[in-house]
Parts: sequence; structure tokens; C-alpha cells
Amino acid sequence: MIPSAFAYKRAGSSAQALELLAEHGEDAKLLAGGHSLLPLMKMRLAVPEVLIDVSGVADLSYVRDEGDAIAVGALTRHHDVNTDGLLGAEVPLLAHAAGHVGDPQVRHRGTIGGSLVHGDPASDLPAVVLALNASLVIQGASGTREVPASEFFTDFFETAVEPDELLTEIRIPKPVARGWDFQKFTRRAIDWAVVGVAVCGGNVALINMGATPMRATATEQALAGGASAADAAEKAADGTSPPDESVAGAPYRQHLARVLTRRALENAAARA
Amino acid sequence: MRITVTVNGDETTHEVEDRTLLVHYLRDVLGLTGTNVGCDTTSCGACTVLLDGESIKSCTVLAAQADGRSVTTIEGLGSAEEMHPMQKAFQQHHGLQCGFCTPGMVMASVSLLRENPKPSEEDVRAGLEGNICRCTGYHNIVKAVLAAAEDGGAK
Repeated sequence: MIPSAFAYKRAGSSAQALELLAEHGEDAKLLAGGHSLLPLMKMRLAVPEVLIDVSGVADLSYVRDEGDAIAVGALTRHHDVNTDGLLGAEVPLLAHAAGHVGDPQVRHRGTIGGSLVHGDPASDLPAVVLALNASLVIQGASGTREVPASEFFTDFFETAVEPDELLTEIRIPKPVARGWDFQKFTRRAIDWAVVGVAVCGGNVALINMGATPMRATATEQALAGGASAADAAEKAADGTSPPDESVAGAPYRQHLARVLTRRALENAAARA
Repeated sequence: MRITVTVNGDETTHEVEDRTLLVHYLRDVLGLTGTNVGCDTTSCGACTVLLDGESIKSCTVLAAQADGRSVTTIEGLGSAEEMHPMQKAFQQHHGLQCGFCTPGMVMASVSLLRENPKPSEEDVRAGLEGNICRCTGYHNIVKAVLAAAEDGGAK
């Protein structure tokens, strides 16, 4: 499979990427690791006329301790997130989950920012940044804005990033709760999650349970009210509308959400 | 566009369409057909090569993205006369059946050992999750990688 023809442009800096976006408008897509976008282009589900390759923008690949937050550059690859010592010590949920995205080859190319702006409710890291109460730094021609993860994922494959903007950084506020866990149920090792759960402290976020990644609000409220992990997990599927497909029906996914949430809460409690 | 990619140590320069995938550059432009196209959907790993020393799936990377970088394919790893330790291990432990997945398996295994020179069996199985052997010959593949780890396969 070969993508439809496009013009390839390379941006050497975020400023240059924004200039190219302004020039080409909605006909253009940013290319980072390409592991969400290129498969869609090969299937001709995405047909951009211009690809702006930002993967060489070196100053957007970093992990920094900034005192009140850990900052991760949007172009940090999953492999680097997974193996970063600072993240391993300070935000183990993120480092661990990044090691479960795709497979080693995918993690050598795919980036955290690319995965988030793709806005796929079935992918792992959107739920992780929700559970971490992270905020997303978005750069545009008129400046920079910071959007909480809870407002970032707006609809199915839609995020708060406008066509002329660039996600530059993920900020995880400190202190990060010690109790965390990540559960991902797949058919084959490399598949997207049928259902997944990310837990950090009292925050519980669900993968593939609706049009966007979402917090399991009823479970969180039950936990805050003193409910046991098992009782709180019973509410994990409340208010969800997961995909109802031959691979897995909606009732099955809701069952999985409850089971995986219970496991995640129990593991998180054991780590805390 | 005009790209320059160092492939197996040799600098190659060609004019390619912007949409050319790396695997097609290797196979169709350079004639290096050791790298196979399997699923063509980033799943099976048959097209795995090393980009700057790390395993990637060449069906999901643009040739343009390899411009100025270095690629190693199975042809660059060793020869029939002088096999790489990983190739030798696959041969000695019969880590193949039909052979279609083998180039990708070998390249992924080399990358795996570079990152983790002394893997456990579990590490090897997890590290090869991105490569599918449709003959299901995994057991001997894992044995081969573990043997190669003992024999300098990380080189």
C-alpha cells in the first residue's frame, strides 16, 4: 500500500513548522514518528497534500524536572520515555505505559506528542496523561497556551490542537501519587487495547470506552467516599459507550473495564 | 526529492517520489530484496531494518525520513561466508521454517541485544513482540537469540 501523493517538507524548528502550517493550512499534516499517520495514509483514510516533518526538531525531545512539574518534549519517542531514568523515578506510570505502546520498532519511531494529538481513544497514552492530571502545551502563531488533559481530547480523533498549532510539551504536575498501575487487555501483544485502565492515586482513566479517553468518574467518586477497590471498580463502566464490534461487544468491554479497574486499583494500592 | 542514505555502509543517493516508503527504496531502488514486505500494516515485522542502529519497520517510514541517516539491512549484517553471530545462531538452532520472517526477526533480535545484551527468555519473547512468524516457529527463534546473546550477538 502506497500513500496518495503529497509534498514532503522538513521543518528544522517549531517556528518553521508553524510557518509551514500557516502557509499550507488544512491541506497539511505534521509528521512526527509517523506511526499513527502513515498507516492511515497508506489506507488512504488520510490524504494530506503536504506533510511537514517535525521529527528532526531536536529541541522538542527532552525530559526535565522543573520543580513543580516534570516536562516532557512532545517529540520524545516512546522508547526514550520508557527508558528515561527521571520518568522511571518520578512518573513510573508514564514510563511503564510507554513501554506497552505497539512494539519495540514502533517505540523507536513513535512519539508521545504524536500519539496524543492523534486523539485515538484506543491508544494508551491519552488515558495516562488524563490519570496524571497532565497539561498540554500548545504553540501557535499568536503564542503558547496550556490545556488540561481533561479538556484536550474533544471527540473521536479530535483534540484541542487547531490545524495551525503544534503540541510542544506535556507537563505532569508534582507530586505524582505513589500508587499507580496500568492494565491493557489485548488480543495479540501488539494490538491496541480492547480496554485499558490507567490509575494514579485516586485518578482512574479508561482506554477505548468511548469516543475519547475518559476518567471513570463514578469510580473516582466512590474511592473518594471511602469505597473499597472492588466496590469502586463496579462503577468503572458507568456512563461509558464503548465500541460494539465483532472483535468485542460493548457489554464485554464494560465487563472488562470493571475487572481491569479492580486489578489496577488493587495493584496501585499495593504500590502506594 | 533527492535523498542520500547510507545503506550497509555505502552512501546511496537517488531521486525518489516524496511518498516512497523506505522498504520500497531498499527493495525497488537499491535492489536489496532481503528485506521482505509482509503485512504492510506495521504489524508483522518482516520489513524490520536498523535505522541508525535501532530496529524499525521500513513499511512505515518514508525514504525521505531516512535522508542523511544510516540503514542496515540483512545484507549488511553478514554474508554466507561470514555470518553475523545472530545469523549463525539462527542457523544452528534452526530458528526458521519457511524463512519469510527471518530477515526481520534477525534484525529485530540484533537491535534487542544492543539494548539488552543479557536478556532473559521472557525479555526475548517480549522484545520480539513486533515480529510475527506465521509458521509459529517462535521456540527455536527464542533459543537462537539467547544463544547469540552468549556469543556476542549484540555486535
